[in-house]
Amino acid sequence: MPEILDQARTRVLENGVGLDEAGILAVLNLPDEHLPAALQLAHEVRMRWCGPEVEVEGIVSLKTGGCPEDCHFCSQSGLFTSPVRSVWLDIPALVEAAKQTAATGATEFCIVAAVRGPDARLMTQMRAGVAAIREAVDIQVAASLGMLTQEQVDELAAMGVHRYNHNLETCRSYFPNVVTTHSWEERWETLRMVRESGMEVCCGGILGLGETVEQRAEFAAQLAELDPHEVPLNFLNPRPGTPLGDRPVVEGKDALRAIAAFRLAMPRTILRYAGGRELTLGDLGTRDGLLGGINAVIVGNYLTTLGRPATDDLQLLTDLKMPVKALSATL
Amino acid sequence: MTKLVRPDAPAGDADVGNRAGTADDAGAVTRWCDRCGESVAAGPHPACAAARVWEPPRWCASCRRRMKVQVVPAGWSAVCVEHGERRG
Repeated sequence: MPEILDQARTRVLENGVGLDEAGILAVLNLPDEHLPAALQLAHEVRMRWCGPEVEVEGIVSLKTGGCPEDCHFCSQSGLFTSPVRSVWLDIPALVEAAKQTAATGATEFCIVAAVRGPDARLMTQMRAGVAAIREAVDIQVAASLGMLTQEQVDELAAMGVHRYNHNLETCRSYFPNVVTTHSWEERWETLRMVRESGMEVCCGGILGLGETVEQRAEFAAQLAELDPHEVPLNFLNPRPGTPLGDRPVVEGKDALRAIAAFRLAMPRTILRYAGGRELTLGDLGTRDGLLGGINAVIVGNYLTTLGRPATDDLQLLTDLKMPVKALSATL
Repeated sequence: MTKLVRPDAPAGDADVGNRAGTADDAGAVTRWCDRCGESVAAGPHPACAAARVWEPPRWCASCRRRMKVQVVPAGWSAVCVEHGERRG
């Protein structure tokens, strides 16, 4: 057994204290033959500090494309030659998407917009949309609308948005290689305001943007410092027309090492499978991750790409004897 | 605005979406790959076909217009102003 896993058994599993950056890096550098042991330990940590339940979420794009920012992985930037066109979802369709999500047993429905931050039109649409969903569907509403002002934070909290997603995407040292139109610190400031408002903080990122293993460890440590309620873990799905469109997908074993390492860095967080797992991990890898630290999934489609059918993921959870977290447990 | 270009080559076999030069259910002729927007006259686009498993169409296969695409948790819709809506 590698020394880092022995240390993690005491520090993380028994005491509930996440690994530091050096420890995270050691896990990310484990040779393949020790990966099963790392995943097993991460699973034990998840079961001990989070329990067996899996939180299920659906997401939808309220405003697609035409974003003024230059996040190099994103097909919705208006600055690249991506084929994604700008389109808005109307309120009836938004409510229908929330109903579809609730029908899967999901407790979370996240409304996402491709913007730098919300303008008056988007906030008006959010007010109407959140009210309509709360009237018609029994589900928690989350939002992801870019960088916020304090006034917008307060307004979203007042609407009843219970969780706000704003990904740091990658570590501080690598961020300028991925985004040049705003800074990592600006994102951190939004997250600070969200936390102080009482909304739950959802913050994760994307692996495979070209960061080094050391920077992957740096990222996990920075997320652990933020201590978010939820960490969505994406794996780059290279999008045509974007600056990262020709990058390779993350190798499956590297993705699983990252899942174990992120869990050992953050024993109590909701660690969610997000985009890209279909390409990076496939069916078998998806199962391995759920037995290696993951305790939440986005089911169904993503914002501009398609996911596994929700029924496939729900059947997998049944096979693994992992109950879907009930709505009452989140209220 | 998307530039409309007709392929010069004669229609041939393609396995992306419909077959090149053939009519789909709505009677529209398929000339363009609905993922990359390039001609399917010269042959199939296997990489695009594989990618389309996890993507909705982006280009109208009949006229090469970029479509307005909305993805929702349980499906998608793609609208071409000339050739109408596709759903999946």
